[in-house]
Amino acid sequence: MQGSIDLDHRSAVQYLLRIGDTCLILGQRLSEWCGHAPVLEEDIAMANMALDLIGQARAVLTHAGAIEGRGRDEDQLAFLRDERDYRNLTLVELPRGDFAFTVMRNAMVATLMKLLWERLVDSSDEELAGIAGKAVKEARYHQQHAADWVVRLGDGTAESRRRTEAALRELWLYMPELFESDAVDDACQAIALGPRWIDLREPWLAEMRSILDEATLAMPAESAFRSSGKRGLHSEHMGYILADMQFLQRAFPGGVW
Amino acid sequence: MNQEWPLWEVFVRSKSGLDHKHCGSLHASDAKMAIQMARDVYTRRQEGTSIWVVLSEQIVASDPGDKAMYFDPMEDKVYRHPTFYRLPSSVDHM
Repeated sequence: MQGSIDLDHRSAVQYLLRIGDTCLILGQRLSEWCGHAPVLEEDIAMANMALDLIGQARAVLTHAGAIEGRGRDEDQLAFLRDERDYRNLTLVELPRGDFAFTVMRNAMVATLMKLLWERLVDSSDEELAGIAGKAVKEARYHQQHAADWVVRLGDGTAESRRRTEAALRELWLYMPELFESDAVDDACQAIALGPRWIDLREPWLAEMRSILDEATLAMPAESAFRSSGKRGLHSEHMGYILADMQFLQRAFPGGVW
Repeated sequence: MNQEWPLWEVFVRSKSGLDHKHCGSLHASDAKMAIQMARDVYTRRQEGTSIWVVLSEQIVASDPGDKAMYFDPMEDKVYRHPTFYRLPSSVDHM
């Protein structure tokens, strides 16, 4: 049994882990659709996007490991941390729900990631800028794919609308966390590593509003609830997803394909 | 009411300058979805630079029963192949 590794608390590493972990956990969630999506074509689309996200996570975690300078690679960072050392948004760890829930969440996350990657293309960190240049193309497609489904389902049948509205209501509770900024964000903006996430809020709201308008859905009011995955305090779902993900590396340390 | 999404034929162009080639079919509710799904199903391994989709029911096909009448008579007409010309050596690719 492989023990856990501890976490580097420097701002740049934290900032990268927020990005890498958000991609990693959403990728894991999307991969759960493999073999279960409503139609074969969407099954493949979900698996494609899951692999895009895992690929982004690999690049960002590898880079985080390099900045740490303690010789830890993507696998060690992805599979050997304890729950509270993961820095993903709580939004992405929620169970995949029905198809409406999945595409609504994808629309919210892809819109955020697209805006973030667009800014990271100009990062002072050349490696991160390079990763962003590749990832932004993937995120643009993810957003288009998800938005297309939100519109179809929101402006669809009574049943699809009911499910889409329910998904939007639940997911919107976790929206404020996307734009919570803290000392990590301030420090990374100061060295031009990347933007404070709060600065993405207005463009994000504008893009989401246009998607929801087209889907004839009303944007919910912002809740007072604040989820805290970015700070390592996760929902009750996180432990289960980590158990799934980590089992193999914990049982067979260093195992590779 | 038919609940099944209509069938679309997918054509992918692998490189600029080449023709779109038929590569398969899929079900989608409309043209926009068909293009998106074709991208996900048929271009995942760098196969494409451009996609066409067309409703399968819009394709008019020859009747397999006409195969003998249509195609067999060409078997012994080798003179229709341009193999009896000697190409100038400066022409590389024909």
